[in-house]
Amino acid sequence: MTVAAADLIRQPASVLAAAISAGEVSSVEVTKAHLARIAEVDERVHAFLQVTAEAALESAQVVDAKRKTGAKLGSLAGVPIAVKDVLTMRGVPTTCGSKILEGWCPPYDSTVVSRLRAADMVILGKTNMDEFAMGSSTEHSAYGPTHNPWDLARIPGGSGGGSAAALAAFETPLSIGTDTGGSIRQPAAVTGTVGVKPTYGGVSRYGLVALASSLDQAGPCARSVLDAALLHSVIAGHDPRDSTSINAPVPDVVAAANRGDVRGLRIGLVKELSGEGYQAGVLQRFNEAVELLQGLGAEVVEVSCPHFDYALGAYYLILPSEASSNLARFDGMRYGLRVGDDGSNSVEQVMSLSREAGFGAEVKRRIMLGTYALSSGYYDAYYGQAQKVRTLITRDFNAAFEKADVLISPTAPTTAFKIGEKVDDPLAMYLNDIATIPVNLAGNCAMSLPVGLSPADGLPVGLQIMAPPMADDRLYLVGAALESALTDSWGHLLIEEVPDL
Amino acid sequence: MTAITRDEVAHLAKLARLDLSGAELDHYAGQLAVILQSVARIGEVAADDIPPTSHPVPVENVFRDDIAMPGLDRAEVLAAAPATEDHRFRVPRILDEEEA
Repeated sequence: MTVAAADLIRQPASVLAAAISAGEVSSVEVTKAHLARIAEVDERVHAFLQVTAEAALESAQVVDAKRKTGAKLGSLAGVPIAVKDVLTMRGVPTTCGSKILEGWCPPYDSTVVSRLRAADMVILGKTNMDEFAMGSSTEHSAYGPTHNPWDLARIPGGSGGGSAAALAAFETPLSIGTDTGGSIRQPAAVTGTVGVKPTYGGVSRYGLVALASSLDQAGPCARSVLDAALLHSVIAGHDPRDSTSINAPVPDVVAAANRGDVRGLRIGLVKELSGEGYQAGVLQRFNEAVELLQGLGAEVVEVSCPHFDYALGAYYLILPSEASSNLARFDGMRYGLRVGDDGSNSVEQVMSLSREAGFGAEVKRRIMLGTYALSSGYYDAYYGQAQKVRTLITRDFNAAFEKADVLISPTAPTTAFKIGEKVDDPLAMYLNDIATIPVNLAGNCAMSLPVGLSPADGLPVGLQIMAPPMADDRLYLVGAALESALTDSWGHLLIEEVPDL
Repeated sequence: MTAITRDEVAHLAKLARLDLSGAELDHYAGQLAVILQSVARIGEVAADDIPPTSHPVPVENVFRDDIAMPGLDRAEVLAAAPATEDHRFRVPRILDEEEA
């Protein structure tokens, strides 16, 4: 492969990995091309909070040297990757998009980062996010918003807007996101990229700074289904350091992505995740994709999940409750910001002053909401009832998966909206995740992939595929088949249509 | 049912260790009421006999082999602390004036 640096940044991870492994291009060349791209465009996109250029080049050199000795390399060896700033990386600032952790250098690697290193991948840096992953637009980052490469005046989704925008801006071929209510899938949908929330417990949460422990899950972000599968297989698998990690073999997602076949598969349309509240342009592209799947040999059936109508309410009680408890650790004692330690204030006063100064508006809002939902007198009506609704949502999924092998819906009700449009309207912001939240509550897996541009505004539309727990391979089987049919009709991946920055 | 007063917000902020300003108290009192009103819809679901889900994957008593593993590096941990003294975390006084 003799390709110019400008072309290197547009290559799929699978192609880069093969070229590096065959010695046609070095990891150092690939890494330099991406670092140059970041230097060129990130001032406008702001996908990165931290670029670890020196360390990236060092790891690239190690991979190149290792290849020359004939040592066995991982399937993505030498390929660059960006990591959402909510996963710890030893010695590199991990801020979670918050002032309270500004400059904090964790003394350990998260398991996801350890696995990327063990697979000889090259980490380019840490990506921007809504503070502590609370948000759907990346506007709640304490370090300023990320801009959507499709239109820099618009949001890239959230909370993992940095990881998605970095892909759409060709700053990295792969990135890591985390998804608590849609933070991988909704950014993928609005940036024309692919994002997967694996089955809960499929990827270790060790070193993932917790938002809501029973909902959080890290997963792969990419520009194609196959690339996502390759990354999925690198980061997934049992980890004794996470007691909720599933001790079972990882579904063969790469084989599924290579096979891409929906013939004879039953695909369920979820009645409750469509219609009112969804933009006409989103529904049009979604319906076209459904027809395409039918044409490819899938059997499309309608399913009803009546309790999904209550998922948003249950989520916005469970999430703040868990968050208010998890974020209690940021008290300015052992790490992070400390304010008012002047010898006269007590520890309690210093904690309150530090948290007031260090947390942003959305974080404070959710901490208080959670504190309220967990307080005595309200616990049963709010948190207790939400947990019961969660059971009913899981039962809805179980019933639907009796009738269908996978379920589909639009990933998000709208395309990317303008920066500033919803930032102080929490309810409007929360509605972005209406279709993605049920999966987090039930713990199963889902993927978003691009299915075209909305005729109304020319912005990307995402389709969500949902599968039962530990049937992650089905996401890739269906996703690859749909992606291949769509790229055949367009002549290229949708991301190729992103405007030049 | 879901109206929330400024005093209640102040109480929540105290419980949550947030030294909110007066303007923030007013702002959040309005917003929390709207959010609570919206999520309160879950009360419509008849779920008295439904068991709660606290966790999507039922797990219990997860053990690992009893093998000693290195802990975090003390110097590295203390380097990230806001204040240290004698190789320990230094914290402000823990008692209020009247308790001291």
